[in-house]
Amino acid sequence: MVHWSAEEKQLISSIWGKVNVEECGAEALARLLIVYPWTQRFFSNFGNLSSPTAITGNPKVRAHGKKVLTSFGEAIKNLDNIKGTYSKLSELHCEKLHVDPENFRLLGDILVIVLASHFGRDFTPACQSAWQKLVGVVAHALARRYH
Amino acid sequence: MLTAEDKKLVQQVWEKVSGHQEDVGAETLERMFAAYPPTKTYFPHFDLHHGSDQIRGHGKKVVAALGNAIKNLDNLSQALSELSNLHAYNLRVDPPRFSSQLLAQCLQVVLAVHLGKDYTPEIHAAVDKFMSAVAAVLAEKYR
Repeated sequence: MVHWSAEEKQLISSIWGKVNVEECGAEALARLLIVYPWTQRFFSNFGNLSSPTAITGNPKVRAHGKKVLTSFGEAIKNLDNIKGTYSKLSELHCEKLHVDPENFRLLGDILVIVLASHFGRDFTPACQSAWQKLVGVVAHALARRYH
Repeated sequence: MLTAEDKKLVQQVWEKVSGHQEDVGAETLERMFAAYPPTKTYFPHFDLHHGSDQIRGHGKKVVAALGNAIKNLDNLSQALSELSNLHAYNLRVDPPRFSSQLLAQCLQVVLAVHLGKDYTPEIHAAVDKFMSAVAAVLAEKYR
């Protein structure tokens, strides 16, 4: 079980409380597809991904980004049992979606950068530290059921 | 790896933070030490408290080296050659693909904090590619 200090929990939830899940989720997923174009391999049925503008405006990307970040919200509600929270999703990403877990780490890092650009100075080093830990734990939990 | 457009974007972004470059260096290092404690193992001789002169000084060095690289994007190998030797033979920091990922992540965060919306996906991609190229050059002589 991961240990979260009171400070870390506070830093995570205070940022989360101000996050527009739809916007941030869409932006994080779009950036994943733009910055690491090979990740588009998982979204061949998403339609037009031919340019950063196309990706950013793509409604399927936006919708899926929202879905992904909403699921993050579940982790935040269950910081003491992230493993359990993601157990089924881990199996899904392995057995049905065939996603290399390295991609979870990439998306996590991108989410941190998106938060930094939205929150500016409020995204302090301590904040970043707590969130890097969170995205790392989520990535680990998602990879855990791979076989 | 870096297209002409990428090079332009990297130069643009660097210009946007010119004048704050020292702060960028210190903040990048500070964030790296906070978020990735194992990176501190390379600086047992440093005072790593917030605002330390050593962090500022070292941050300045790192940023100057990156600035130099950015002025020589067409010849990174040569521009970073000495630093490449230094990292491989003296410093022996774990292969730059790990340490640079962490340093690069923190640099990106600092740039995002400073530029907000102006830290567009295109700029993000270009900086990411640039830092990968730097890491690759620094790793060239490891073995």
